[in-house]
Amino acid sequence: MSIFVDKNTRLLVQGITGREGQFHTRQCVAYGTRVIAGVTPGKGGQKMDNIPVFHTVKAAVDQTGANCSMIFVPPPFAADAIMEAADAKINLIVAITEGIPVLDMMRVKNDLAGKPSRLIGPNCPGIITPGECKVGIMPSPIHQPGGPIGVVSRSGTLTYEVVHQLSREGIGQTTCIGIGGDPICGTNFIECLDAFEKDPETSGIVLVGEIGGTSEEEASEFIAQNMTKPVVGFIAGLTAPPGRRMGHAGAIISGRSGTATGKIAVMKKSGIHVCEDLGGFGRFCTTVFKDA
Amino acid sequence: MKIHEYQAKKLFKKYGIPIPDGDVASTVDGAKQIANKLSGFPVVLKAQIHAGGRGKGGGVKLATSMDEAVQFADQIIGMTLVTDQTGPGGQKVKKILVEKGLNISEELYLGITLDRSNAKIVVMASKAGGMDIETVAEESPAKIIKVYINPLLGILPFHCRNIAFGLQLPLSVMKSFYEILTNLYRLFVDYDCSLLEINPLVITKEETMMALDAKINFDDNALFRHQEIVDYRDLDEEDPLEVEASKHNLNYINLDGNVGNMVNGAGLAMATMDIIKLAGAEPANFLDVGGGANEEMVEIGLKIILSDKNVKGILINIFGGILRCDVLAKGVVEAARKTDINVPVVVRMEGTNVDEGRRILSESRFNLTTAVDLKDAAQRVAKLATKDSD
Repeated sequence: MSIFVDKNTRLLVQGITGREGQFHTRQCVAYGTRVIAGVTPGKGGQKMDNIPVFHTVKAAVDQTGANCSMIFVPPPFAADAIMEAADAKINLIVAITEGIPVLDMMRVKNDLAGKPSRLIGPNCPGIITPGECKVGIMPSPIHQPGGPIGVVSRSGTLTYEVVHQLSREGIGQTTCIGIGGDPICGTNFIECLDAFEKDPETSGIVLVGEIGGTSEEEASEFIAQNMTKPVVGFIAGLTAPPGRRMGHAGAIISGRSGTATGKIAVMKKSGIHVCEDLGGFGRFCTTVFKDA
Repeated sequence: MKIHEYQAKKLFKKYGIPIPDGDVASTVDGAKQIANKLSGFPVVLKAQIHAGGRGKGGGVKLATSMDEAVQFADQIIGMTLVTDQTGPGGQKVKKILVEKGLNISEELYLGITLDRSNAKIVVMASKAGGMDIETVAEESPAKIIKVYINPLLGILPFHCRNIAFGLQLPLSVMKSFYEILTNLYRLFVDYDCSLLEINPLVITKEETMMALDAKINFDDNALFRHQEIVDYRDLDEEDPLEVEASKHNLNYINLDGNVGNMVNGAGLAMATMDIIKLAGAEPANFLDVGGGANEEMVEIGLKIILSDKNVKGILINIFGGILRCDVLAKGVVEAARKTDINVPVVVRMEGTNVDEGRRILSESRFNLTTAVDLKDAAQRVAKLATKDSD
């Protein structure tokens, strides 16, 4: 088992003919993901490798039955692309694009509120169920199929680091999700935690957070009240200065809120096993997850 | 992105939000001319720097005569203003805003920002104007009125009423308050602001409302559609190394430590800074070269790190995904060839094409240490950096 993506995922790629779109589509195909359609307005009727390209998401869904979309559309047009996918009733939308204006994402989030589509990202590496399906840009070989650990993170390469250390210790993953480094993200920590809690194959969860916002604090409260499975946490940004945007648009300490120290304290209080030394993350997990 | 108060007030004027009469000057003579044009005294002279806390630092003065105005302008222009927010080095004042003094009867706080957890725009208001709003929020949260606005619907009349009656405003200023709030919201949305504050918004003895101060921050991601705002950028307010890095699309932040570092990805970059500290050294910077970095960007990144004279060692931590380890290695070797790297460099690589990357590094004739993993890398560089300073 896994969450959100598996062997039955039928993937469509928005922005499939761009440089990034082409490169990562091929990587996903090589991993075994069923990529069945692409969308680039103006290039309908063409093919990218053997994948048919459509002008609109609606046409692609009508003709191929795609149920998941991965978005590589540039920032000025990305919000529109997400809402187009939701309008075409795509179940799962994974937005890789970095740099979407926050107000655009706020409108998207409020538009999606009444719709059944789930959005992951933007500004994220995507989602992978090792051995079954990859919808994203993460390096495939670091993952180990078969579970039993679920990974959810606001970061990209930091997630690769964590997953790499898990695999090196022989700990496999059910599903790994990057929820994105922007202030507004489609799916939050809590929704992923809830899905992992309900997934019978997942027996423990790794949560990777960073400075800025309050999503780790909200996740902690959820964990304390609703989770039976052990959670290992990590927070990046203990040495980050206040008021500076640390690469990710969402990674900023505003006044006194959003600090790493504050988050770690709340997480520990909620029973999360917080690892404070990234160098020993894998070993830390073997101890916590030994009975999991 | 931040702008100056006088620039924010230009936008206020454009949106019909009342501001005191006045103008900006960069010389004492210019300030004198503005004071002359304003009918009578007192006039207020305000140093134009991005950081807050200007009043306490001596950057805001009330002059009751022309002699005083000239004297204060002379003090403020060219001074290095140190406030709670500038850091100990302070910020040099190049411009001064000269405004007509007002008869103030009440000071309010009015702000608009983005609420991340609810994905709504939030308007905040308080009767405790003129104070640090974070302190008010912490000590007496009940004094802050908040109204959440769905960006798809925009601001509605009842939002305004909830704030106005919450503030117990006198009926005589209600109409102008509604206009101010509605226009402020329009400005916020039109320009993709991330924070917009009037602190204080004053009610004068003549029962008018006026924005005494103006602070606006903008969403960097949206600057592509606001050239007008990009033109307001003041490079003197920014660290020169950070300006240089931004020209090459490198995400660099200069810090006080002794170990420079270059990483791909923001989360891993922050975690690398943290692990440097854990190993007993201090990070000298944040540098995310990004997923799509090429050899040239790696080379420029290294040069920028090296131009910080506090740097005693460098840790390069790359988790190869899109950025392949062999590309990184070539960039490092190229930088070493062209620049005089006079501090120890520890490289830790993992991921795509790692073996090829390690081979390129080990075959180069430069003094580059390869680490086995992250922990090893941090410990090595911390040791080398501290040894060097002995």
